[in-house]
Amino acid sequence: MDVRSVQSIAAIITNQRDAVSGGAPIFFVQDDEERQRVAFLIGRLLDGMVHDLGNGIFIVVKY
Amino acid sequence: MMDHGPAIAAGVVAGTIARWLMLCIDYRNYPGFPHGYVTHMSLGFIAAFLGAVAVPALVEGEFTAVTFLALAAQQFREVRAQVRESLELIDAHELIKRGPNYVDGIARAFEARNYLVMMVSLLTSSLWDLIGPPAGLAGTALGFLVARGFMRGKRVGDIANIREGRLRFDGPNLYVDHIYIMNVGLPEMREAVLKYGLGVLIEPIHEDARDTLNNPGQRQAIVHDAARYLGARKDIATPEFTPLIRKDVETGTLGMVITPMERDVNQLLAAIKRVPVLETAKGTSMHTRIGRRAAD
Repeated sequence: MDVRSVQSIAAIITNQRDAVSGGAPIFFVQDDEERQRVAFLIGRLLDGMVHDLGNGIFIVVKY
Repeated sequence: MMDHGPAIAAGVVAGTIARWLMLCIDYRNYPGFPHGYVTHMSLGFIAAFLGAVAVPALVEGEFTAVTFLALAAQQFREVRAQVRESLELIDAHELIKRGPNYVDGIARAFEARNYLVMMVSLLTSSLWDLIGPPAGLAGTALGFLVARGFMRGKRVGDIANIREGRLRFDGPNLYVDHIYIMNVGLPEMREAVLKYGLGVLIEPIHEDARDTLNNPGQRQAIVHDAARYLGARKDIATPEFTPLIRKDVETGTLGMVITPMERDVNQLLAAIKRVPVLETAKGTSMHTRIGRRAAD
């Protein structure tokens, strides 16, 4: 069990340009398949956990 | 002047054997390497010697000999510091960490074992010296029993009912039965978690147990030991496979998910039952009047 607090959102991956803005790097993708592929890669590269917010937005969180 | 040789020898032998037995019954998998055994056997021998000479020295009127015991206490505190330091260094590079509470518990145990060794050798040599060899051997047996009693702390199996729980996803959200665990974004990782993962429910059997299991250090000890026994599927940069424990805030029941290499639920339950209850995590609310009244 990891008890450290959430440190940061490392990346946001979405195909909805209007839904996101702000400080974290945002990766715009074309469709679901690309979103999953990009999220998987960023998660592995940064040792981050990919979370699905359920509204077409994936975030990669560094714990 | 009396001949104290046999009494001291018996004390040293009994104490050293006691240290060896306490290494053997160690369930914490530490130290799991020959040099660690040598270190702790040597310190055990020194502890045994100090314990063994104390009473014969007093019999001879050498009262200053007692100061050596203080020296020993100093020495063994350093054992605790040394064990803690080395475990902390190792822990920094573990995929599934022991956690500081568990490390502290192990370090305390290693210090305490040397005092138990001193007690065994002191009992043996003093009874042998003052009464006779049979009494000395009885002292050894008594010392072993006391040491064993101290070494057998409570286990998680003593304070909780542990049973298999069902892993399920609601969208991206992972649950063990009704307890929310985490959000897994990638569909293939969700499949992997269902394929390889196991869910466990840990139900505390009383209020003190609930407080103990609520301690994050205790929970970390549980996931560490479970992963140690069954092997962890987790690799670097696969946080989805990190074993996690979350609580049902209504009842205090814990839900645990783990993706072990050996997917054997019975052995997983057995492993969790064996996890020691950490001294630093032990709940004591029912030992207080306010806690008892609040629980009514």
